[in-house]
Formats: sequence, structure tokens, C-alpha cells
Amino acid sequence: MEYGLDKRSNALKTFNTTFIIIWLLIACFPFIWTFWGSFKVRADFFSRADWWYAISAFNTLLETGGQFTSKAYSEAWTEGEFWKASRNTIIVTVFVVSISLFLGTLGAYALSRSTERYAFWILIAALIFRAMPHITLVSGYLFPFFELQIWGILPTTIVVLVAINQPFTLWLLYSFFKTVPKELDESALIDGCSYFQAFRYIIMPVMWPGVITAGLFSLMLAYNDFTVTALLLNQENHTMVPKIQSYLGTNQHEGNLMWAVSAVVSATAPLFMLVMFFQRQVISGLTTGAVKG
Amino acid sequence: MPNKTFFWFFLPTGLAMILFIGLPIISTGIQSFYAQHDQVVKEVKKCDPFGCTVSIVVDQEATSILRDEKPLGKFNGFGTYIDRNHLAIEQISDFWKETDSFGEFINQVTNLPFYKALLFTLTYCLFVTPNVLLLGFIIALSLNAISRKIRGPLIFGTILPMIVTPLVGSLVLFWMIDAEGIIGANLQLMMEDPYLSLKSSRTLTWITIIIYGIWHHSPFAFVVFYAALQTVPQEPVEAAIIDGASRYQRIRHIVLPHIYPVVTFVALISLMDNFRVFEPIIGFSAEGSAQSLSWLIYDNLVNEEVILFGSAAATSMMTIIGIAILLAPVLIRTWKEFRTAR
Repeated sequence: MEYGLDKRSNALKTFNTTFIIIWLLIACFPFIWTFWGSFKVRADFFSRADWWYAISAFNTLLETGGQFTSKAYSEAWTEGEFWKASRNTIIVTVFVVSISLFLGTLGAYALSRSTERYAFWILIAALIFRAMPHITLVSGYLFPFFELQIWGILPTTIVVLVAINQPFTLWLLYSFFKTVPKELDESALIDGCSYFQAFRYIIMPVMWPGVITAGLFSLMLAYNDFTVTALLLNQENHTMVPKIQSYLGTNQHEGNLMWAVSAVVSATAPLFMLVMFFQRQVISGLTTGAVKG
Repeated sequence: MPNKTFFWFFLPTGLAMILFIGLPIISTGIQSFYAQHDQVVKEVKKCDPFGCTVSIVVDQEATSILRDEKPLGKFNGFGTYIDRNHLAIEQISDFWKETDSFGEFINQVTNLPFYKALLFTLTYCLFVTPNVLLLGFIIALSLNAISRKIRGPLIFGTILPMIVTPLVGSLVLFWMIDAEGIIGANLQLMMEDPYLSLKSSRTLTWITIIIYGIWHHSPFAFVVFYAALQTVPQEPVEAAIIDGASRYQRIRHIVLPHIYPVVTFVALISLMDNFRVFEPIIGFSAEGSAQSLSWLIYDNLVNEEVILFGSAAATSMMTIIGIAILLAPVLIRTWKEFRTAR
């Protein structure tokens, strides 16, 4: 709000800047600190004696002879089988994103072009489904999945994540499709296109921003999920987040807590890169539903 | 769009939602009426020169046969709902009779697992949601006043706590706040109390998790409010400045009314998300002093010996009812708006 008439006092400006700096410190410092600490040995990052060790790298020097060590990373990725977890995460994420976008665009397009009353009720139902805590759904899955013997494998988890993701994707894409003028596909229909052709050749090409936003959110859901993946996958198929938790469970073992630290950094870094790259889309996605009503 | 076309377009996503969100809720409902089988016991007579003794042992074979035959367990009706681990009707009426003062009664009741979890979940929602709205709004106002050129990186920094998964977010904080971490160790030094730690006090644990919640959710409120602030019309604001309105008055009487619908949206989403609080409890290893409804379900589902499907399902159903109560005002309002719009 840069109004020509609005004169800010210097005191207010200083206060404002200080506030932003403090907030940014609170928001970012934990990540910077964890990143820094992941290159130390456990005795430094979790020091009983003196927290300054984490900066001066007292024990890291003693144990490895250098200021920084990547031991935690190499061990977690090989011995800790984090490579397997990240492979699983990639598989799950790729499939969840592509399937949810495919289902979501079709459904949201239909919802945005329907004038019937049931479209409204479907959106309300989706809102209710969106509110369900995932763990309550998981408690519904476990028993049938055990009986059908489809528990523990990646495809089951992918389908479940796609379904859990649908309500949000539908709402998001619905508000995007609403912004595409109806005349566009109506003229295509008059020219003899079928609804599917109008959707495929007329609407989809102008929908890329919306699709990218929806894709990013599906990706974040699949990538970040803990509840579903921890309970529906067996040890062998665990994705990154449940894997990190499994390192914590045995933290009596010295190496393991540092594995968790390095695994947290390894899992977070790609996500941060992605969001940095697509920041505009993330923000527009969060706001379309809200601002456009 | 004709109904038939709509049907085919909507079929895949509709099917996915019915199969994996609708049916599981029904499955949870059915499971909540069943409880796991009791172990089959048999009497074993053991004789030695001094006489015979009869001891009771678990018949492993018969137990596993019974479990294989009826994997769902035995029918229990509403038994699971009212047992000690859930609504605990019996215990509560006992407490009511036995305790002298109301405070003591409340104390006893909130020690029961379900009520303990409910109390934590509600406290968490009650403290986190308003603070998230407030902090998010202040950050949005504040960032909005900063030069447009450097806003991009600042926004990126601001939304970091939101994009990491709650488990990672809480771990990252926990490693700093823990007795061996940078903040925890310095607090111990400052307070001159070597035993001060997160796990030692229930209140401290609750406060930490609530602070985590505010840290994690504020960016979401910020992003939405920030976008809404961009749509505030300039003319009334300028008119107010000419008329001599103070900064506070401008915010109170022009900006807030304009973004009011967005505030309700953020409050609703934030409430829904806070009600399912679960991962931070694992991240902060706070199971001992803070348990939420979702955590209770998780705990039943990862039970070592037998997975307590019935117990988890009963808690799930009550959580869903809780969500329904939270959502009811919004749904009623939407329905009224929809009716008047028609």
C-alpha cells in the first residue's frame, strides 16, 4: 500500500523493519541451524557440555579431523537405506501428481460448467471430505486392506493419496476453471466439438497456470505425507518421512539421530528449491479459493 | 453441460472419493462396533506325586483359529464407545459420586485417556487458531509496507515453516529446544536449572507444541491475508487519510471489513487442520504429557500385540463427530446463502 498521501513516520518504519527481521529469523533460523548442524557429529550438534561446540566443531575436529563432516549423510543414504526411501518417495509423488491432475481436471471442469444443483452439493461434500483427519480414514483402510492383502505396497498408497488429495484439487481447479470464460468452450461446441474435445483442445491449453499450481499442491501432499505412508506401507516400502521417524525410534544408537538430521535436510532441500522456483504459483493457489470466493 | 456428459467427466474422481473417503468412513463405523477377541483359555491339569493342580493357560491355537475365522472380532455394540478408554460413562458416574468438589471431579475426568486427549486437542485449537490469524495479519500488513523490490525473498522466507511437513518442522524445532539443543541449553544456563527440560513439565510441553502450531500455520494465514490486502480499493483509504483517520482507524474500518470473508475462510481451514494435530506430538516426543485424538487413533493402530481396530474406529467416529460440530455453522450458513441466491 504505497499511497501518495500516506506519510509514515520514521519510528513506524524502523519498528516495521525490526518486526520483519525478527519474524524472518524465527521462521528461517531453525532450518539454517539444522542445515549447519547436519555437518557435525552428534556430540557437537546435541552437546550436553556446551552448545557453542556446534559452532566451534570441537568434537567434529576430534573425531574426523575437519570442521565439517558428511558422515551422517553417507551413512544415512547407504547404511540407513535412505536412497530406497527417496526412490519410493519419487515413485509415489510422480504417480500421485499425474493421476490426481488427470482426475481432478476432468472433474473440476465438469463442476465448473454445470449449472445443476448437484454440482453445488458435490463441492460441499468435497469440503467435508477435505476436513476428515487422515488418520480416521487410515483406521478405516487398515482392516479391509489386510483382508484383501493389498497392505504395504506402493500402488495402494498411491491410490489412497490420490483420493485424499481429490477434494482440495477439485476446489482449486474449480476456481481456476471458473476464471476461464464460458464463451470459449461454447463457441467450440457450436463449431461441432464434443465436450471432451473442447476440454482437451480449447480449455486445457489456457489452464496451465492452474494445473501447475494444483500439481504443486498434490506434490507437496504426497511428498510430505506421514500418516498414510507410515501406516499403509511396510518397512521395505517406506517413503522419506516415515523413514525419518524410524531413525528417531532407535536414537540410543549414536549414529541414528544424526541420520535423522541429515535425512531431514536431504528431504527438505528439494522441496525448498521447488517452492523457490514456483513461489508465485504456490501463493496464487493458496489465495484463489479464498479471494475469489 | 448435459447430465450424461457431467457423469462421465466426474466419474473417475467421484469414484476415487467414494471408494477411498466415503467407504472408509463407513468401514470405520462398522469396525467401531466390534472388539478384538478375548484370548481363548483352557484349563490344564498338571499332576505330580504330591497331587494335581489346575492352571489356566492361553490356548494359542484356538485363539488364532478364532481370529482367522472372524477377523473383525466379536460384536460389541456400543461397548467400545463407553469403555474406560473412550467415553468412560461408568468411571465418570463413579467419580461424580466419590469426589467432593467439582474441581477434583474435573481433574479425575481429564485423567481418562479420551478426555485428556480431547482437552489437549481443544486447548491447542483454542490457542493456535486466533494467534495464527493475528500473527498472519500483522506479518501481512508489515510486509505489505516494505518496498516491492525485496518482497519476493521475504515472502519465501516467511512461508518456509508452512511448506515442510509437520513432522520435519517439529523435529527441527525440537532439536533446538531440547535440553541438548541451542535454545534449551541456554535456557538452562539462564534459569540456572540443569533439570529444566521440555519433557519435565506438562505445561512446558503444551506451550511448546502450541508455539510450534502458531509457527507452522501463521504463514498460511499470511499468504491469504497478503493476497487479500492487494485487493483493498485505494479510494476509500485515501479519502480516510484526507479526513484525518489514524492508521489504526483505517485498518479497523476499511481494511478489516474488506477482508472479512477471507478471515472466516482462514479461521475455518486453520480450525480444521488444528483439530487433527498429531505429527508434532511425535516430533516433540511428547506422548507422555500431550496426547491428541488423532494420536490416540495412531497409538491404537501401531499397537504391538494386536491392532485395536475397534478402539481406533470408535475414537475416529467421535473425531468425525467433532469435525461435524466444528463445520456445522459454516455448512448451515452456506446452505442459507445458497437458498437465498436461488
